[in-house]
Amino acid sequence: MEIRRIKAPLEAGVIEELKAGEKVLLNGYIYTARDAAHKRFMDTLKDGGTLPFDMVNQVIYYCGPSPAPPGRVIGACGPTTSSRMDAYAPKLISLGLKGMIGKGKRSQAVKDAMKQYRAVYFGATGGAGALLSKSVLSSEIIAYGDMGPEAVVRLEVRDMPLFVINDTHGNDLYESGTSQYRR
Amino acid sequence: MREVHVDRITGALEELFIDANYNLSQNVLDTLERSIGKEGSPVGKEVIRELIRNASVAKDEHVPICQDTGLAVTFIEVGQDVHIVGGLLSDAVDEGVRRAYEKGYLRKSACHPFSRKNTGDNTPAILHVKIVPGDKVKITVLPKGGGSENYGEVRMLVPSQGKEGMRAFVLEMVTKGGPNPCPPIIVGVGIGGNLETSALLSKEALMEPLGKRSADQAVAALEVELLDAINESGIGPQGYGGTVTALDVHVKMMPCHIASLPVAVNIQCHAHRIREMTI
Repeated sequence: MEIRRIKAPLEAGVIEELKAGEKVLLNGYIYTARDAAHKRFMDTLKDGGTLPFDMVNQVIYYCGPSPAPPGRVIGACGPTTSSRMDAYAPKLISLGLKGMIGKGKRSQAVKDAMKQYRAVYFGATGGAGALLSKSVLSSEIIAYGDMGPEAVVRLEVRDMPLFVINDTHGNDLYESGTSQYRR
Repeated sequence: MREVHVDRITGALEELFIDANYNLSQNVLDTLERSIGKEGSPVGKEVIRELIRNASVAKDEHVPICQDTGLAVTFIEVGQDVHIVGGLLSDAVDEGVRRAYEKGYLRKSACHPFSRKNTGDNTPAILHVKIVPGDKVKITVLPKGGGSENYGEVRMLVPSQGKEGMRAFVLEMVTKGGPNPCPPIIVGVGIGGNLETSALLSKEALMEPLGKRSADQAVAALEVELLDAINESGIGPQGYGGTVTALDVHVKMMPCHIASLPVAVNIQCHAHRIREMTI
């Protein structure tokens, strides 16, 4: 299986090249945010406030890690189910978010926003939280520390293993993969 | 009457929940290894290899298998010749859970249903107690993640729907979950009893070792039929497409009312964490 390395924040040229079903290794900086953080993002925007980080070209990881044991940067840090963030994702994509990492299917509204604004959706292997923790070089809470495992954390990652699920060309690995192997 | 002090139960719970969350059982590992040969998709095979690598990282580097270290599902069988002394059994269980999740650096995932405020220590445990013959206390823990639990359901079928109705219901639930409950999944099916016992049977079905068939031949045949049908769905590892959607299906059955056919489906992710101890 051919595997290529890509950088975060994402570059426009690379985004267009990515193909559903492809395995990639992500390098650079990404941000964790899950249910409660997304809700607070929306409340902040509604109140005319500023988000904890500028969404332009960034990648959000739907993840609530387990606590870091002594001597480790982070605990287990696999993805959570992305569909719970579907209500919020189109807004963030419209603000420049280019990549999302999670697990599970996205709504049509999210897929439409990805197509319109040229964003991609990556799958991290659910339940491989120990393996994924090895890709994290550093971890820093940048906002919402009061929310425990739901805080927004900036992660520096090296060779984080991901699969492209939704690309900018309208392909969806969940649909194509399942129909290929259905009997 | 044999006396068992609650401190032993607290200690057992602490040890079992930490062990379960860091060390995938040999039964699950062997089943994953074997499933690589059964998987038709190269992407699917790669995902299963990641899961096996994940289990060795968890064990060797002491990181939980998955960050969702679950609600603390606990089954206790208390021999009727045992007298629990030194405090309340339920308090002892919660204390064991509290210690395991704190000392073991496990994520606390229990929260208030309305405010969503975290209870802070992963209590209360989901505790099921059964009185059995003898003078032993058998404890089984099954830390259960939310992603897979969300795709379970109890349905009161009409008796005329029969086996075909049960089969359709199980497949509907697996298809509805698709990639979300982290396939390859394990499916527990509870048939009969009433609303709540069918749900409990479906959870108990998940406690059977992978690869073991029911002693009841008709039930065993249904298990095999369901497993084949699920693996023909094409969902595959992580839902990326493939031929290994489930590692196993277990069915537990008991008599039901002449007017009813309760069926419960409980889905478990591949990170099937289970441990038991007898005191």
